[in-house]
Amino acid sequence: MTPEVVRRSVLDGRPLPATGRVKAYPLPFATRLNLRGSPDVVEPVRKAFGVAPPTQPMGSASAGERAALWLGPDEWLLLAEENAGDLMGTLTSALGGVFHSLVDISHRQVGIAIEGPGAARLLAAGCPLDLDARAFPVGMSTRTLLVKAEIGLWRREENFFRIEVLRSFAPYVARILDLAARDQG
Amino acid sequence: MAGAMRTGSGGRLDRTRVINFSFDGKRFQGLAGDTLASALIAHGVHLMGRSFKYHRPRGPLSMGSDEPNALVTVDAGKGRLTPNLRATQVEIYEGLRARSQNAWPSLKHDAMALNGVFSAFLPAGFYYKTFIGPKGAWEHIYEPAIRRAAGLGVAPTEPDPDHYAYEHRHCEVAVVGAGPTGRAAARAAARAGERVILFDEQVEFGGSALADSHTTIEGKPATEWAALVVAELSAAPNVTLLPRTQVFGYYAQNFLAAEQRVTDHIAYPDPKLPRARFWQVRAKRVIVAAGAHERPLVFPDNDRPGIMLADSARTLAVRYGVKPGSRIVVATSHEGGYRAALDLADAGCEIVAIVDSRAEASWGLATAARARGLPIETNAVILGSRGGLRVTHALVARKWSDGNPGQPDALPCDLIAMTGGWTPSVNLFSQSRGKLKFDPATQTFLPGEPAQTMVCVGACAGVFDLGQALADATRAGAEGAQAPQADGADAFGPGTLGLVAPLPEEKLTKAFVDFQNDVTARDIKLATREGMASIEHIKRYTTTGMATDQGKTSNMNALAIAADALGREIAQVGLTTFRLPYTPVTFGIFGGPSKREMLDPVRETPIHPWYVARGAVWEEAGLWKRATRIPLAGETPEQTVTRECLTTRAKAGIMDASTLGKIEVVGAQAAEFLNRLYINSFAKLGVGRCRYGLMLNETGFIYDDGVVMRMADDRFHLTTTTSGAAHVFAVMEDYLQTEWPNLKARFTSITEQWATIAVNGPLARDILAPLVEGIDMSNAAFAHMSVREGKICGVPTRLARVSFTGEMGFEVNVPTDYGLAVQDAIWRQAEPRGACAYGLDTLLRLRAEKGFIVVGLETDGTVTPDDVGMGKMIAMSKPDFVGKRSLALADLKRPGRKQFVGLLAENAQHRPDEGEQIVGAEKTPPGTKALGHVTSSYMSATLGRSFCLAMLADGRARLGQTVYTVGLEGAHPAKVVEPMFYDKEGLRLDA
Repeated sequence: MTPEVVRRSVLDGRPLPATGRVKAYPLPFATRLNLRGSPDVVEPVRKAFGVAPPTQPMGSASAGERAALWLGPDEWLLLAEENAGDLMGTLTSALGGVFHSLVDISHRQVGIAIEGPGAARLLAAGCPLDLDARAFPVGMSTRTLLVKAEIGLWRREENFFRIEVLRSFAPYVARILDLAARDQG
Repeated sequence: MAGAMRTGSGGRLDRTRVINFSFDGKRFQGLAGDTLASALIAHGVHLMGRSFKYHRPRGPLSMGSDEPNALVTVDAGKGRLTPNLRATQVEIYEGLRARSQNAWPSLKHDAMALNGVFSAFLPAGFYYKTFIGPKGAWEHIYEPAIRRAAGLGVAPTEPDPDHYAYEHRHCEVAVVGAGPTGRAAARAAARAGERVILFDEQVEFGGSALADSHTTIEGKPATEWAALVVAELSAAPNVTLLPRTQVFGYYAQNFLAAEQRVTDHIAYPDPKLPRARFWQVRAKRVIVAAGAHERPLVFPDNDRPGIMLADSARTLAVRYGVKPGSRIVVATSHEGGYRAALDLADAGCEIVAIVDSRAEASWGLATAARARGLPIETNAVILGSRGGLRVTHALVARKWSDGNPGQPDALPCDLIAMTGGWTPSVNLFSQSRGKLKFDPATQTFLPGEPAQTMVCVGACAGVFDLGQALADATRAGAEGAQAPQADGADAFGPGTLGLVAPLPEEKLTKAFVDFQNDVTARDIKLATREGMASIEHIKRYTTTGMATDQGKTSNMNALAIAADALGREIAQVGLTTFRLPYTPVTFGIFGGPSKREMLDPVRETPIHPWYVARGAVWEEAGLWKRATRIPLAGETPEQTVTRECLTTRAKAGIMDASTLGKIEVVGAQAAEFLNRLYINSFAKLGVGRCRYGLMLNETGFIYDDGVVMRMADDRFHLTTTTSGAAHVFAVMEDYLQTEWPNLKARFTSITEQWATIAVNGPLARDILAPLVEGIDMSNAAFAHMSVREGKICGVPTRLARVSFTGEMGFEVNVPTDYGLAVQDAIWRQAEPRGACAYGLDTLLRLRAEKGFIVVGLETDGTVTPDDVGMGKMIAMSKPDFVGKRSLALADLKRPGRKQFVGLLAENAQHRPDEGEQIVGAEKTPPGTKALGHVTSSYMSATLGRSFCLAMLADGRARLGQTVYTVGLEGAHPAKVVEPMFYDKEGLRLDA
């Protein structure tokens, strides 16, 4: 007989900012797969996953809860709903003989939403990139820094960013966001 | 109320808002809009500080950020003591408490002022020459004494309770300085739709316009035009206005660093607000409109309170509604002195004389001054002053036809307003790496070719004609934009540099050049006589220009005096580099949020809370927190570790191993990839099997180790050391990209995908078996060094049978978010069986008993596999692997290399310290080369005695011999043994 095991988010009980201009909140659990390989993987993945891994640097593609974020010339982050069934198996079959590496990293990192007209300013407290919508348009996704933590940053809408951060850095990132919101009033 | 010297009207003040503050404990009242300096001068107080070296009484020289004299400490409560603030920039607020510095027992009676009397003995370079012996005296006696006597304010001792914010920002155009020129540039750029950031160090945007009495721009008075432009810019969404913000650093790629003062001027700030913001701005173009600094005249006793720069005196009257003095002597060498005299006369001050060193005064402003009935002395110079805590007389002489002055008259006055001309503020241009060029016509250094995409406009580029400056600035802001027209602006000549007249013979007279560092004209001449020919040497010898004001008011005078003494042109003497910060910056902004518990990210495993609840003692491994030991109530550290060791060996122990680095390598050639990285061979490692692997660097030395687990033909799960994880990953990526780009293998960090719980001990299987599904836990089906996939507590697991303790061991890997729940479940099985949780200290002892190395303890970057007895692991049949070629070097195979051994001290209770040297005899002469060193040393509860691991020259040939470990209390004999103290047959691992 095995006891019931519950999944615990590292962000449980961690304050995140909510002001009149911006709020941050943990995103739901998700399936995350790290995909590496040549651009030959794009077409098979598009068919099986529903989203084609982008070949444009810092690009992203999404449909519903599924998304593919460019991480490098041979690397993508695939995001899907938490209960995606045997997505690994489906994709491995679809890829057949195409060389690739597919690794489940669903628990490795967490997603944090930054939403509101003050979103870019909040991030600018710790991120040195130009987050103006002309320089960092909707759909852009990149790895960058938030003060001392490495994060993935994906602009989903003009005023909506998704942070992907390693689990153990998530409390630090939450605290930085909270402090920044306080500083910005 | 707000001061007897306050004018009846005018100024940029709110005369309805009276503000109470104190200076040196005495209460004063000022008006909203005042600085500390203007509010005190309104009460007739000029004395605000004592000088750095001679403790001479000083008052404000200027009204800006270039102020060298009036440095004060503001005490805003516990932990909020800020020294060395310029009184000319400190805004007063209700309850402000400020005090003077460098004076004891009081500003008016300073004991150290004797330094002034003895100052004939304190010339430049004095410290270098005098305080030489005896040895150590400089460090322990002279320097502390001198530092007490000299110096500025005192650093605060309490922790800073305030917080500081970072702001990163990008823009197309950054404009530094919001005077008329900067505003014209910003407006043009803003109208062109570009993102504009406009910085100004002052409270209010306006620059020179804030004290302008007569100019019109676009048909409006300068102050009114300033307000209109600021209103337009404030309304523009593409413009960020940053008053109270000092751009203090200009770095490569148009990166500007600026400090915005947020709460220092507020009596009761909202505690949520940061005290200051650190703006880090990256601009496509930078427009510097930093203006110019007025130069003092260099004459004996030019530093008394009541002697100030003419334009600053004028600014007091026009901007702050304060009469700087009742009876004023204006000393000038250009037209600016006349403008000051006219504005001061308008404010109700008596102008005793305008002393002009030039022969003629027959143009616009002079005519206006004469028409006002102001007495003008042309062809005259100021030769000195009289007074104590305030100037009382100006010593003024007519010049003879040979240019030398005659006997001076003493003109009674309470203020001398002096001006030697204007020095363009080229600091930021110089910081941007642009080269300065000397302009002989105006005797100024001007910006030459810029090194970045930037331009200097207005006075900082030597353009003192307002119309021209506005045209340049508008063009810099946006090509083709319409420039505003200016009317009525003054145009001044170049003025003078250096001494106004030769110094008298008398040695005690001091004509100050650098007010903040107390450097006199005589000091600079002395430096040249003692052989300093370059300004770089003169600067270091005299300290001129090295104070916190960076020589803003003094550099050009110092250069001119040095050039004159050396008989050279100024351009040949050179100019020193302008360093950042432009003005002193509060330390707090650099740290921003990175302080105390936020100094660095703290990485905690998902199981961390379980150990916190049990009172674990922690240590750091990289950014990770790891449990050192888990003490029960009343235990000493040694008792805890002893209990954890014995319990684990007798029953079982569990440990959080989640911090271990984990990497998943996938692909048809994954095994080949690992073959090339590790010394081992992985080609024949079966699916479900594990292998201990060693990784070398290219020089053949061990740099990481771990267990490689084959999950499938084309999938490996490997572990690295905790602190080596990131580096190993980077090295793998490096090789993949640069050496083997076509290899069909890729890898992914999975350190945080899996929480890892190590369960070790004879009862390990009993503890886990009830929780595991789908895995045959029997020894026959699941042998040591195997890995299985299945479920534990209903969640997926990669369950490895590996051991670092020498006991039967399992590592339970579960997806991280389940880690804590699985830990709880395992503990519910473990606790009733008498098991314990153990920490790193216990792990280190248990593994040492088995002779397992730790990379970084037994190895030090110079150790080969053979050195640690693992030569047999090397698969030399492999065509290549990282480090293989180096292993063939003669030096890595020579006899006499240190080898891994065990040591047992003859006295079983003596535990040598780690790092102790090993020698061959009890007594060795000094200089004897050590044979090796102790790498690990513990008391073993299992063995009931001490034991060591060591690296020993030819160690394996010395088994059975006696060597000596050398500690602080002498040499101790120890027997060399095999590095394996427990279960040599490995029966327990395979139980």
